[in-house]
This record gives sequence, C-alpha cells and structure tokens, in this order.
Amino acid sequence: MRALNRKLLRDLVRMWPQALAIALVMAAGTATLILGVGSHGSLAETRAIYYERNRFADVFADVTRAPNLLAEEIAQIPGVAAVETRVSKIALLDIPGVAEPASAMFVSIPHLREQRLNLLHLRSGRLPIAGDEREVVVSEPFALAHKFEIGSSFEAILNGRKRSFRIVGTALSPEFIYALGPWDLMPDDRRFGIVWMSEPALAGAFDLVGAFSSVHVKLLHDASEQEVIDRLDQMLTRYGGLGAYGRRDQTSHAFLDAELQQLEAMSRVLPPIFLIVAAFLVNMTLSRLISLEREQIGLLKAIGYGSWAIGVHYLQFVSVIALVGAVIGAVVGTWLGVGLTRLYGDFFHFPFLVFRMDPGVYLIAAGVTVAASMLGALKAVRDVVGLPPAVAMTPPAPAQYRRLLPMLYSLLRPPQTFVMASRHLLRWPVRTLSSLLGIALSGAILVGSLWTFGAVEFMIDVTFHRADRQDATINFVRERPESALWNVMNLPGVLRAEPYRSIPVKIRSGNVERRVAITGKPANTDLSRVLDHTFVAVRMPETGVALSSALAKILKVRVGDLVEVELLERDRRRVDLPVTAIIEGYVGLMAYMDIVEANRLLREGSMISGAHIAIDSLRQDELFRVLKETPTASFIALQRVSLQKFRETIAENISIVVTIYVSLAIVIAFGVVYNFARISLSEQGREIASLRVLGFTRAEVSAILLSELAALTLLAQPLGWVLGYSLAALMVWAFESELYRMPLILEPYVYATGSLLVIAAAIISGLVVRRRIDQLDLIEVLKTRE
Amino acid sequence: MAEITFRTRNLTKTYISGAVEVHALRGVDFEAEAGEFLVILGPSGSGKSTFLNIVGGLDLPTSGEVWFQDRELSQMGERELTLYRRDHVGFVFQFYNLVPSLTARENVALVTDIARKPMRPEEALEIVGLAPRMDHFPAQLSGGEQQRVAIARAIAKRPEVLLCDEPTGALDSKTGILVLDALLKVNIEIGATTLVITHNVAIQEIAHRVIQFADGRIASTHEIADRKPATAIHW
Repeated sequence: MRALNRKLLRDLVRMWPQALAIALVMAAGTATLILGVGSHGSLAETRAIYYERNRFADVFADVTRAPNLLAEEIAQIPGVAAVETRVSKIALLDIPGVAEPASAMFVSIPHLREQRLNLLHLRSGRLPIAGDEREVVVSEPFALAHKFEIGSSFEAILNGRKRSFRIVGTALSPEFIYALGPWDLMPDDRRFGIVWMSEPALAGAFDLVGAFSSVHVKLLHDASEQEVIDRLDQMLTRYGGLGAYGRRDQTSHAFLDAELQQLEAMSRVLPPIFLIVAAFLVNMTLSRLISLEREQIGLLKAIGYGSWAIGVHYLQFVSVIALVGAVIGAVVGTWLGVGLTRLYGDFFHFPFLVFRMDPGVYLIAAGVTVAASMLGALKAVRDVVGLPPAVAMTPPAPAQYRRLLPMLYSLLRPPQTFVMASRHLLRWPVRTLSSLLGIALSGAILVGSLWTFGAVEFMIDVTFHRADRQDATINFVRERPESALWNVMNLPGVLRAEPYRSIPVKIRSGNVERRVAITGKPANTDLSRVLDHTFVAVRMPETGVALSSALAKILKVRVGDLVEVELLERDRRRVDLPVTAIIEGYVGLMAYMDIVEANRLLREGSMISGAHIAIDSLRQDELFRVLKETPTASFIALQRVSLQKFRETIAENISIVVTIYVSLAIVIAFGVVYNFARISLSEQGREIASLRVLGFTRAEVSAILLSELAALTLLAQPLGWVLGYSLAALMVWAFESELYRMPLILEPYVYATGSLLVIAAAIISGLVVRRRIDQLDLIEVLKTRE
Repeated sequence: MAEITFRTRNLTKTYISGAVEVHALRGVDFEAEAGEFLVILGPSGSGKSTFLNIVGGLDLPTSGEVWFQDRELSQMGERELTLYRRDHVGFVFQFYNLVPSLTARENVALVTDIARKPMRPEEALEIVGLAPRMDHFPAQLSGGEQQRVAIARAIAKRPEVLLCDEPTGALDSKTGILVLDALLKVNIEIGATTLVITHNVAIQEIAHRVIQFADGRIASTHEIADRKPATAIHW
C-alpha cells in the first residue's frame, strides 16, 4: 500500500468520531430522500397496478332506478370501453355482540356472468351461488374487524325488512380501498363494510328487479371524460340520475389520492431540504476540517507531491466519508421506505404491494452529498495548495483582530474569556454565519417536522370540538318530513337533535365546477356549527350560500359574488345564489344554506335528510339497540368513534412518518453541532492549552470554547424558528388537497422542542469536547510551534 | 540563609514511547533559593525541559520528590497543580503563546483576572517597557514585543517562580537582549526565582548560577562570580 493511502486510512481511524458524525449527517439526508420518494412511488405504483388489474372504472353514476336495457345504450356512447350496471344501497346492520349501529354498502355481483369492472379480489372463500338470497361476500377489513369467518352470519335491514346473511367469502375491491361511510371522516372497518351479493337477490330486496341503481363505465384511452359524463347525465336524468362523476369525485379514490398527495408532499418538501441542509453542513465541516491540515499539505508539497496528487488524496479522504454516509443512508432509507410502504399498504388494504425504489433517487441522493463534500474539500485544498510549501508548513500568521467598540469594553470590563470568544466569532464572520446557519437549519428541519403533530391536533379540535360537536349523526334512507325530528328526539338517550338537509348539486363559477352537497342547517345550530375564519361559530346567513374557504378558493369567489348551483335532484334547475359567508374548515369542500332556504330551493315543504344528535352516554347502548332496529335510518355516524379512528389512523400514520423525519433531523442537528465543537477545539487547541499552563482550570478554559458554542447555538434559534416556520408553510402549501388542508399552526412548544433538541445536541457535544479538553497535552504546547 | 524555593531529590522521569522507554531524567538533585536567577544549559534531549515541566507543575515525576517551598508537588493532584500554576508560577514560552484575539493589555488581564494579588496589567507592561503599545494585538507586535507581553503576563500575578523555556529562541540577538533585560528587571523587582532554559551559552553570564544538564542528569553547577547586565552580552 502506498504511504499516502496509509495516511488516508490512519487519518480516518484517528478522526473516526468526527468522520462518522459527518457520514451520519449525509446518511440522514440521503435516507430521507430515498424513503420519502420511495414509499410514495411504491404506493402510487401499487395503486396503479391494482386499478389496472382489477379494472377500476373511470366514470360513476347513481340513479333511482334505471332499466337494465339502458346498459346497451350507455355502451354505445363514444369513448366507452365497458359498462357495468348494478344495485348498490346502504343499509343498517345488526351484528351480534356489537353495540354501535354499523352499516354496509350492499353491492350486487352480476348474475351468471363475470364482473366487467371493479373486479373483486377474493381473499378467502368463494363467491355467492347465483340467486342465493343469504350468501354474501364481505370486505376483508370489515370481516377482520368483526373476526368474521367463512360461515359467520349477521343481520341487516334491507328496504325496511330485516334479513339474515351468511358469509361465504371475503374480498377486496379497488372501488373501496378507502371505505368511508356517509358523514364519517375516517374509514371505520367496524362500523362500515361492503357486502357483495347475487344481483337477483339484492335487486329483489330493493324492488329493482330488471333495473339498476348505479352504473360504472370504463373509458377508452383517448376518450373525453367530460363528454361521457355529459352524455350519461342526459340519459340518466329521467331515471333519477344524481349526476355522473369521474374518479376525482369517487370517494375512495379521492381520499386515497389526498393521502398519497400528503405523502408526496412530505417526500417532495422535507427530503430535498434535508438533503440540501446535510450537503451544506458536510461542505462546511469538511472544508474546515481540511483547513486544519494546512501543515501536512505544506509538508507533502515540500517533499515533492504535486498539487494534483494532494487534491486527489483529500478527495479520497472525503469520498470515503461520503460513501460510508451514502451507503448507510441508502440502506436505512430503503429499510424505512419499505416499512412505510407496508404501513400505508396495510392501512389501505392493498391486496399486494409493489416496491418501486427508483435507482435515479439513489443516484441523486448519493450524488448530491458526495458532490457537496468534494466541493467543500476542494475549496479548502485549493486555498492551501496555492501557498508555497514553506509558508504552508508554518502556522498561519496570527490573525488580525480588531477592537470593536473599545469604549463599551472598557466601560463594561467583561471577562477576558468573553472578549476572546466574541472577537473570535466576529473575526471570521463568514464562518460564524455559516455555523449559525448550519445550527439554525438543523433547528428548522426539527421545527418543520415537529409542527405537524400540533397541526393535526388543531385540526381535530376545530373539526370535532368546535364545528361538528354532535355525538352522532343519523342519516335517513330518504328525506322525511320535519316531524321526523320529533321521533329522533324521543329516542332513548337523545338529549338534543338538530335537523339537516343534504342537497347534491354542481356548483359553478366561471368554468370551474365542483360536485358537492349543500347542507341545509337551522340558523342557530349548537351541535353542528359553522365557523368563521377566526374559528368562532357564526349564525348561518338567512339567504344565499355559505362556502368553505377551500371551495371559495377553488371557485375564485368572495362574499357577494354569485355562484351557479345546479340541482342534481328534483327539477334539476340551475339557479344563481349569492355567496353570503366564507366558512373555515379543514376537511372536504363544504357548502351550507339555511335549512328553510334549502327546502325552498328544492320547492319542497320542510323536509330533512337526517339529524345530528347529542347523546346521554349512560343511555348510549339503549339508544344503539333501538337504532339498529330503525328501518328509516340507513347510516349512523358516531363522531366520537370517528375521532378515535382519526387518531388511530391518520394521526398515527403522520406520527410515524414525522417521527422518522424528526429522528433524522436530530441526527443532522447533532452531527452539525458536534463537528462545530470539535473543529473549534482543533483550531483553538493551542490557545486553550496555553491557558491551562497559565493556571486556568479545565472548567475555565472549557468555558471559553463552550461559550462560543453556546452563543452560536442560542443566536441560531430565532433564525431556526423563522426557517422552520417557512418550511411548515411550504408543507401546508404542498399538502393541500380538496379533501384535506393542514392548518399552519405552530404552537410555542414546537419551537421550544426544536430548540431544546438542538440545545441538547449542543450540550452533549460540549461534554464530549470538554472531555477532550481535559485530555489536552500541555507539554506538547510548549514544545511545538503550532 | 535564604529560603529554598525548589528542592528535588533523586528525580526521575521515564516516558514509555511505544516499545521504547525513554529515560528523560535519571536522578536529579537540585535546589534553588528564593530570588535566584538560574540559567539551565544542555543539549537537546538532556532533560532540561522535562525538568522545567515538572517543577512548573505541568508533569509529574516517575519517582523522586519535588518540593516547592514546603509543599511536595510530586504528591499533588491535577486540581492542586492547576492552582499551583495559577498562584505561584509564571511561564514564558519560546513561541510566546499569546492569545491572538486579545490585545497586549487583555492578554495580561487574562491572568490578572484569576490571580490572587495581581498587579494591574498596565503596571506589568510598564515593567517590560511596553506601556505605549498595550492596546495592540499580537499580530501588530514584533516578536520581541510579543515575548515581552508574555513576560508581563507571567509576572503580573507576582509569581514566586518564573520559568522560561528558550525565551530568546525565536528572536534575533538585539531583541533577545531586550527580553533578557526585562527578565532580569522583574527578577529584581518582584524577587521571583527565575529559571531560564537555553541553548545559548552566552546567556549564562547574566545568571547567579548555571546548571548544566546532560543525559538526564545535572552534569555540573557553577556560580557566576562576575554577573553581567543583559546589555553587556551578545551572540
């Protein structure tokens, strides 16, 4: 082995803690990119393949009742590749041993032919025998939640009549990846499931023999979705069509999309910033580290090594560190990425997972860190190689210092150690500022990932404690007169009840159109309330329509503007309504009206779609028992259970992702501060040893170095907060989908935690440096020049 | 009889350097009286620096005793040695070892801040003749001036002993003489026992006594009957 290579190895061994700290910073940067991009890529790919294999439909429409023959006509629409008609209805279930009322979407399986679209992925058992009225296949998550096995049975109220069913199989479907019950914010596999049964049996139960209530269409590749939707609407209107819609408005797809978008936002915002921060820090650290090699570089030149050979030597030195970092990062990133993909895969109940780890991402991640470290090294080497060897071998001339504000110093007479620290920091403003920025950035990535916990809590608070405060929502099978509210109030345990009216509409402004439900509410609600932008409950405007801020933003309207509302029920009129209020909320696109006004819009008397209720928790079980037997209710949403589900799923998923990012941010923060402290020690080691000889105690000399570290760490905090806030704002922006928005709320504790973690890293680094100071060889200082 | 500042008995120091044992000191018996000005001569590796480090409280002997006044340095712990250096010893190094970020006055204040009964930094700089340049940083001072700042820093605490390792080693003859003059002056004014290590034989003429080190032992000691002022020597 050549002597220079041996030097390389020995140097690495000698500096292993610092080299490892730098490698870990790089690893953290690399890992975040690989894990973020990898897990999102894998999930998006899995979904695409699942949709493809199981022929997930492109356009969907619900009707009251349309003859089966219409399917042929629909198939003739230009651009339509395949048509599937079916019966699908929501019904209340009665499951032995389950107190809360649960519901299921009953979906028909074609009679005596294969499914054409939304193919079931059978997980166990078999399909029902054609025409059998009792045999059903249920969705696998629902079966698992109830520990159902093949042969288990349950009851349900179909069209007002209680029936008993026997499970013969479990399945998954691309249509119900995200199985969300009406009025629920979160999938709850205990309380909402999918039940597939033979078409004649289900049609019979709902008086739909020879007819269908829902149609799904697969489009040709070059088809125009909008044209097909328009043609479908024309055909289905007279059969009570509620308006055809594309995947964007399909519940499961839309929510899945929002989730993937959030994951993507995290992978597109945080990892590149982590990577850049890591690269910057590595660049800065290695450049300082190599500046310390000045004498050795001079020596190498003196004995005849060329600048090129020396440059290569130090590039090799940093490449070893960079490669170790990149390899650790790639391994950890892949491992975390696969883990995260599995976690989300389980949550979505994908029947299979495709791991797609793009080699390009590895190249980018490793390339950026390696390049940054090499640039840092080259810069330092170039500075030294340019000097004549004789100059390089001697220590640099004593640095020129200036007395800043001598009056102030003589007035305050600060301790000389303070003067030393402050002058030292001011002497190299670029280095000081870059260290400051480095520490601030490590604080910023902590703040930028920690804030999401609080934001989710805030979202929960606004959604469940300030806006929708009801314990439960009862959704009627079909609209009922207002007097039905009295029946609800008379149910056992119901303390209060507020009616609502739900009107499916298309809302339009200019050329922007969205399919939403306008919810009619009484003017003075107390349970389900609407909030203004300061999150204060406001009175529902008596006229016009109130839009959620997200919807208003999409439609580009403000209070006072007109929006066109197209009814998807009754006479399908189009009316222009003034926007009379903008409402705050983080989930979904919402539109509200006064309930009297809503009924007037439909030209109906006082009708209600359901009721929000407050429940006496002591009589809850009794209420649930009665509700299960109530033929007029199709679905009962339990807000408390929703909240619990929300915490268990979204909050948990976000927590895991954020915890990973926070851990990596801690690695980066520690690596930076530790290296700063170590390099400062190397740079000032001689000075510090001299002071020890003069009789300064270990604590006193440590104080000089550590006060520099402390000053930088403290000064970096406010900058870190500002940068962290910007990072959070960037995430909110990337996070925003039509279904979810993240509130940009950073509670003081987020800043405090971020700072505490950075300060803790500084303290630990300080202790390590302190130990080094204790081990300084004093005699060496007297003997050597520098 | 004058008070004894230093006394060593059978002092040895052995370094283990890899597989090799280096016997830096092989039994040194030595005494120095209060206020004495001693010059220690000897070739490289003769053990003079090791000796100075041990009496200065920077290192511990392998065996033997070393006493400062009535205290045995060889029995002291790290903390006590630090306090010993802080309160009683002034060091002057070959390469000055000034703090570059502090002015001359502040470098001296560094020591007076922690000493028990120090003189004012200005006073110490006055003694070495640097009062006019006390607000200059090391980078703005010549080598000789920097060394005189180092001396001022060493004497500002009014030490009982002043230990100088090659104080003129990095200086030309003219500047070196100025530094030696300053050392003699403080030896008289504050009465510190002064030990000066040097390669430079010419310097011996300013001492009370000259100790010759060779091969880890004191080879010879002789008194200088006819002491000269610093200005009278040259090299």
